[in-house]
Amino acid sequence: MRLEVLKTYKIYIGGKFPRTESGRYYTPKIKNEGLGNICLSSRKDFRNAVVAARGAFGAWSGATAYNKSQVLYRIAEMLEGRKAQFIAELIQQGSSKSQAEKEVAVSVDRIIYYAGWCDKYTQIFSAVNPVASSHFNFTSPEPTGVVSIITPEDTSLIGLVSSIIPVIVSGNTCVVLASESKPLCAVTFAEVLNSSDVPGGVVNILTGNTKELLSHMASHMDVNAFLYARGIAKEQTEIQKNAVENLKRVVVRDFSDVYSSSHENPYYIEDFVEMKTTWHPIEVIGAAGSGY
Amino acid sequence: MANKIIEINFDTGWDLAPAPESTSHIQLKEQYELFIGGKWIKPESGKYFDTINPATEEKIAKVAEGNEKDVDKAVKAARKAYNEVWSKMPANERGKYIYRIARLMQEKARELAVIESIDGGKPIRESRDVDIPLAAAHFFYYAGWADKLDYAFPNRKPQSLGVAGQITPWNFPLLMAAWKIAPALATGNTVVLKPAETTPLTALKLAEIIQESGLPDGVVNIVTGAGATGAAVVNHKDVDKIAFTGSTGVGKIIQNAVVGTNKKTTLELGGKAANIIFEDAALDQAVEGIINGIYFNQGHVCCAGSRLFVQESVYDIVLRKLKDRMESLIVGNPLDKNTDIGAINSKEQLTTINNYLKIGKQEGADMYQSNCNVPKKGFWCKPTLFTNVSQSNKIVQEEIFGPVLAVQTFRTVSEVIEKANNTPYGLSAGVWTDKGSKLFNMTSQMRAGIIWGNTYNKFDPTSPFGGYKESGFGREGGLHGLKAYLKFD
Repeated sequence: MRLEVLKTYKIYIGGKFPRTESGRYYTPKIKNEGLGNICLSSRKDFRNAVVAARGAFGAWSGATAYNKSQVLYRIAEMLEGRKAQFIAELIQQGSSKSQAEKEVAVSVDRIIYYAGWCDKYTQIFSAVNPVASSHFNFTSPEPTGVVSIITPEDTSLIGLVSSIIPVIVSGNTCVVLASESKPLCAVTFAEVLNSSDVPGGVVNILTGNTKELLSHMASHMDVNAFLYARGIAKEQTEIQKNAVENLKRVVVRDFSDVYSSSHENPYYIEDFVEMKTTWHPIEVIGAAGSGY
Repeated sequence: MANKIIEINFDTGWDLAPAPESTSHIQLKEQYELFIGGKWIKPESGKYFDTINPATEEKIAKVAEGNEKDVDKAVKAARKAYNEVWSKMPANERGKYIYRIARLMQEKARELAVIESIDGGKPIRESRDVDIPLAAAHFFYYAGWADKLDYAFPNRKPQSLGVAGQITPWNFPLLMAAWKIAPALATGNTVVLKPAETTPLTALKLAEIIQESGLPDGVVNIVTGAGATGAAVVNHKDVDKIAFTGSTGVGKIIQNAVVGTNKKTTLELGGKAANIIFEDAALDQAVEGIINGIYFNQGHVCCAGSRLFVQESVYDIVLRKLKDRMESLIVGNPLDKNTDIGAINSKEQLTTINNYLKIGKQEGADMYQSNCNVPKKGFWCKPTLFTNVSQSNKIVQEEIFGPVLAVQTFRTVSEVIEKANNTPYGLSAGVWTDKGSKLFNMTSQMRAGIIWGNTYNKFDPTSPFGGYKESGFGREGGLHGLKAYLKFD
């Protein structure tokens, strides 16, 4: 009989797969069975990830909307192709087969849904403003910057996908802390991202202990915004408090209904954009108006 | 004393080596049937017409000629698909089919590009870098709209119309098919498409792609033929929507044909665009813009910058630069990657263009053509410009649809606004100036649907396209392009 080769679970920073710099691990258990020796990421790992995310921001935010759309679609293609692996991991983490199949299918379709928004959301949220002077004046959204994301704890894949994807649609980059008790799909999803033309550093994924990392994720001065997805009042307060120093935008989102189509809407993209208004003079020579 | 403007001598004694694109990888049938209900069906009449390569006059394939009965079959297939499958399908699944079509087009892009150039005469550089990627991008863009229509029209409950009859022109065959089919499918309609008779092949290749994608039978039907086939589509009682791109003359016939019906109509018709060069423009870039504006795709472009307006103070230098640049244009084999200007699409169109050249001279204008060689076989027209023209000249007023530029001058901003807008058309305009405030003044004064500032002939799936006045109505592309295929509560 052949001996199975076990996978070493790693974290994902700047397009590379290191183990945590701290060398530490933890072993989440499902029904007393250990899932694996998962990286217990440190503050230093997080800080490295922010450097990677900031480094990736220029190119990703500057990529054309069409390009971003194609890259996101590619993520969906890759995830679809590795369905079996995700289903197996979800079952390992306690899902039934049908639950697991549904979780992967909805995740794929949700990525496609948001891929479609890349070159459309600006058309929904922009405006040409009819100012009462001779100026061409328009407002359009731009990505906020680097976003810290704490994903839902109770799901391994769907919550992860639903929190990451809308954030990167507009060109933000992010550092993600995965579900502590169900981290397997986060690690494997990093492999999907890595083979999907997503530039390294756009999404960085850490595993580890929420309590340990939360305040650092919220207080880091080079992080512009925070998406918190766990609905624990105490944690939320800590994030909000730590966010003040550099005026982070904190978005607290309810993921209890993560399968519902309410998680498919452009406002989740708009949560992480800045509105930019541009004024430009219009000359009034020959402006009597053409009669034709 | 004014500086003498020197003509550039391009004669180096060197010729570029031929760089032909390979045709070995393309797959074409000898005979194409009608694509109805997901199957290839022989035409009722049993008649076929030849589609030829305008660069060699050689026959490429035989194509079925659809008549009224064939169109009726196609509309019935489209209605059945609409009622039984397409209108009931969840919007995101609909979108996924359209994404599939986009991906398959990307995978087969080079084959499509070569066929487009063989069938229509356009340079491979243009079909490879413009037509085909843009066509795929159009499907990609509209695929994403399928499940997002409520955000495009809040509080309006957007609904599909039913069966869309679509007629496309020969200048951008696959791209125009994409402009028509992609938004129609995304909004939940089914389609009967009639491609132009001289360039049907890429639409038929698209039918093969559609089959490969697994799109339900009858959602897209393609009926080839000439004007009569198009008329049968327009006049069919069970068609809910007509989308036409072509001449203003035919557009008026179509508008007349839908009188008394509830058929929703979009017409994307002719143009006679002003391309306006101010003295403060970056002149070298402006000259590139003039060249691109009028000689792109042999001037077979509804939004071609066919009326050039140059501010008097820079007229001599612009004209000299323009003529120099014309000398460097390579006219010839569309499949050669060095070619700038390919073959005129058909013998008929060449006759039309030559007739306008005659009229231009008869009306007293001065004609200038570059000194390039053109192949003996095939249909060719050297890049041409007319100077010494007036507003009332036919070559200034009428759409020629060829590589023919009419050059006028102006002194003031008000004067050029008046002249530029003095046309029944209103599709597009170009403005070249270094001064942003002047540019935006001009864009607000031009009575046209697309204004290019310091650029020309730019297209994008996200950007609406369509005309004012007799250049038609409705928009294709972008969010605004969705409306043409929807009804609202």
